[in-house]
Amino acid sequence: MEPNVTKKHPMEEQKAAERVKNFSEVPYGYNIDTAIAEAERCLECKKAPCRQGCPVEVDIPAFIGLIKEKKFGEGVFALKSKNNLPAICGRVCPQESQCESFCVRAKKGDSVAIGRLERFLADWELEHGVDVPALPVPTGKKVAVVGAGPAGLTCAGDLARMGHDVTIFEAFHMPGGVLVYGIPEFRLPKEIVRKEVDYIQRLGVKLRTNIVIGKTITIDELFSEEGFHAVFIGTGAGLPTFLGIPGENLLGVYSANEFLTRTNLMKAYLFPEYDTPIKVGKNVAVVGAGNVAMDSARTALRLGAENVYIVYRRSDKEMPARLEEIHHAEEEGVQFNLLTNPIKISGDENGWVKGIECVKMRLCEPDESGRCRPEPIEKSNFVFAVDTVVVAVGQTPNPLVPQTTAGLKTGRRGTIEADESGKTSRAGVWAGGDIVTGAATVINAMGAGKTAAKAMDEYLRSLPTA
Amino acid sequence: MYKLVTKRVLSDVSTLFEVEAPLVARKAKPGQFIILRIDEKGERIPLTIADSDPERGTVTIIFQEVGLTTKCLAKKEAGEYIADFVGPLGKPMEFPEHPGRIIAVGGGVGIAPIYPKVKGFYQAGMDVFSIIGARTKDFLILEDEMRLVSKELHVCTDDGSYGRHGFVSDVLQNFLADGEQIAEIIAVGPLPMMRAIVNQTRPYGVKTVVSLNPIMVDGTGMCGACRVTVAGKTKFTCVDGPVFDGHQVDFDELVARSRMYQTEEKQALGHCRCGCGGEK
Ligand SMILES: Cc1cc2nc3c(=O)[nH]c(=O)nc-3n(C[C@H](O)[C@H](O)[C@H](O)COP(=O)(O)OP(=O)(O)OC[C@H]3O[C@@H](n4cnc5c(N)ncnc54)[C@H](O)[C@@H]3O)c2cc1C
Ligand SMILES: Cc1cc2nc3c(=O)[nH]c(=O)nc-3n(C[C@H](O)[C@H](O)[C@H](O)COP(=O)(O)OP(=O)(O)OC[C@H]3O[C@@H](n4cnc5c(N)ncnc54)[C@H](O)[C@@H]3O)c2cc1C
Ligand code: SF4
Ligand code: SF4
Ligand code: FES
Repeated sequence: MEPNVTKKHPMEEQKAAERVKNFSEVPYGYNIDTAIAEAERCLECKKAPCRQGCPVEVDIPAFIGLIKEKKFGEGVFALKSKNNLPAICGRVCPQESQCESFCVRAKKGDSVAIGRLERFLADWELEHGVDVPALPVPTGKKVAVVGAGPAGLTCAGDLARMGHDVTIFEAFHMPGGVLVYGIPEFRLPKEIVRKEVDYIQRLGVKLRTNIVIGKTITIDELFSEEGFHAVFIGTGAGLPTFLGIPGENLLGVYSANEFLTRTNLMKAYLFPEYDTPIKVGKNVAVVGAGNVAMDSARTALRLGAENVYIVYRRSDKEMPARLEEIHHAEEEGVQFNLLTNPIKISGDENGWVKGIECVKMRLCEPDESGRCRPEPIEKSNFVFAVDTVVVAVGQTPNPLVPQTTAGLKTGRRGTIEADESGKTSRAGVWAGGDIVTGAATVINAMGAGKTAAKAMDEYLRSLPTA
Repeated sequence: MYKLVTKRVLSDVSTLFEVEAPLVARKAKPGQFIILRIDEKGERIPLTIADSDPERGTVTIIFQEVGLTTKCLAKKEAGEYIADFVGPLGKPMEFPEHPGRIIAVGGGVGIAPIYPKVKGFYQAGMDVFSIIGARTKDFLILEDEMRLVSKELHVCTDDGSYGRHGFVSDVLQNFLADGEQIAEIIAVGPLPMMRAIVNQTRPYGVKTVVSLNPIMVDGTGMCGACRVTVAGKTKFTCVDGPVFDGHQVDFDELVARSRMYQTEEKQALGHCRCGCGGEK
């Protein structure tokens, strides 16, 4: 294949008309030839500006160089020396605003498809068998990681590779955090998550599910009774935000968290083979326009909805979702009601949603801070008929751990306060990911887990040996 | 995996299991609940912690067969395992601020979840006057256990097949009328019963708390499935409850919401993996 200078090699994907009928993954990934051809586009820059954009410091030119040489095994090794979850990152990192936005190729044409190449290598390894690196002599120090999302998994994996004895405590029956309960199968197959979590466990990390820290065991007890020397909190931003408008508790109104958890974690899309049901009507309104909203809208289509509307109070330019997600949603037939703000949900005599009342919005001129607030247009109210509403307007941190841990400082929006290394106000306790930043990205959560692991390692080594 | 240590069939439709779950047993307080899942394909369902033994590391659950999960669970035998068991969840119950009698009303499915609360009052040295009732004799459970922790126990059945012929509310009416000071009434049972009780006590201005049982998924405040309106505000039953001031609860909404999956619940019975097919 000829190396193409200005354009990324496209990735084959399921056709929209077909894929809305199934939950299988949409893009197929590069084959070997395309991967090598795309790798050839990388200039292996000495300074490699792309690396600035990667929160977990992947040595991008190194792994791409190894793809060129068809040394896939070594490429995986280079990738995994920094990134414990490459098959996940290759799929869900917002590469366009991370590594790829710094790529020199992006100045004239498309950046190198770093994410797709990362996915290619990681998938190659998952197919050919995963090797576990040699582990150092155990340090005898015990670390508890709370939450098995990307932040916790990364922190745990790194600490294990430094020789510490790590246990992850997870509230759900399955590890992965948003990767298993939020992001749908068609974007991130759960088998991929399972395999990457399996790798973390093979590094020696112990996993204890069905334990809600703060309820089953408190942070204090992790130190006093369970004998841990340090704790990392990566409990994410799991608390759903509602709109606070009338009718939100009607039947057929879901938080995106519930809608996606039923579908993904509990596999309601396979009901009645799986026991957990979900109910989707013919006409579905999804309020919000972030990744969570796009995932909900595309899920609703796959569950059989005929019309799915994104209802968003700002314009297309402000939509926070990744471009690729918006594009996929459009292709699949999701309809966009922009500059539209819901003010009331109405129900029928049985308490089921039957319509959503909205008001049209306009964006005023941006103020000095550059933000423009949408404002309602008078008398522009209208109602449209829907039988399901999914509220996807954001999540905030779950207060369970802060509420049950004395001396753990929290910020205004319930986030745990931590310095750049993730250190909290409690001695021996670090935190990172969405619980510290509020809802953000997989790769930022992983970056935080990685940074904390370094600081925790230093701390653990400074402790007297028992 | 969590081992079912002992099993006791309490009635045609009610079963008790002691489950090996030492971490939950150590922490459990009256009023709290667990969430369990039988197997990989199962649904997560909440059940009240009826009792716990920190020394033996066991937690007791008592449930009535109403649908797929509870029917299949009842088919399990001691020595078998279930996939998941997480808790203790929810807030422990609170003790009343005012002096006076405590009156506990448990109807049908509510007898199991009210028992640990009555026992909690009893262990704190308080006098509880308990009223339990069911549609018919076969649905009545825990009579002996309730008697042990109650100052008085009144038993009634709707059809008169056992105890007093009538509703729990009839007995409660006597207590409301006899002029003795009541610190708190606690009512647990099917939604229509709880609604009737709070409407009955409202004119007397007696604090009446109820333990709600909406549909749940995670039980940690993450999904919002369990939301109820209390005093005009949306609350998540799994973290803010499950016990609430009954006079403030929007029962109409709760009744409607609990019917959300009626069709699917019926459909599910035909697909059970335990082979019961929804039949006894
Ligand atoms: C639907 C959806 C789509 C998204 N799409 C993308 C995307 O395409 N790309 C991207 O980069 N980001 C995306 N995000 C955001 C991204 O998933 C999160 O930023 C990231 O998962 C945060 O990681 P975390 O480890 O901090 O927390 P989480 O992933 O939330 O994990 C936290 C874990 O902690 C557990 N936990 C919580 N409380 C307790 C407790 N008390 N005790 C024990 N365990 C506990 C939770 O059960 C969970 O498993 C998406 C988010 C959602 C909801
Ligand atoms: C905090 C709490 C404590 C409870 N304690 C007890 C108890 O000690 N003993 C007892 O017998 N029952 C208890 N319940 C009710 C019990 O959870 C339901 O009976 C059970 O989930 C029914 O599941 P099923 O599959 O057998 O029936 P289904 O056919 O699924 O449903 C039958 C009924 O159960 C309700 N229900 C269905 N799914 C759920 C769910 N995921 N969560 C909650 N309710 C659901 C439905 O509203 C329906 O009316 C409690 C519920 C809550 C919320
Ligand atoms: S982990 Fe994400 S940000 Fe880092 S190189 Fe890979 S795709 Fe880019
Ligand atoms: S900036 Fe782009 S071209 Fe240069 S090394 Fe990084 S990926 Fe390759
Ligand atoms: S059960 Fe999910 S928030 Fe209560």
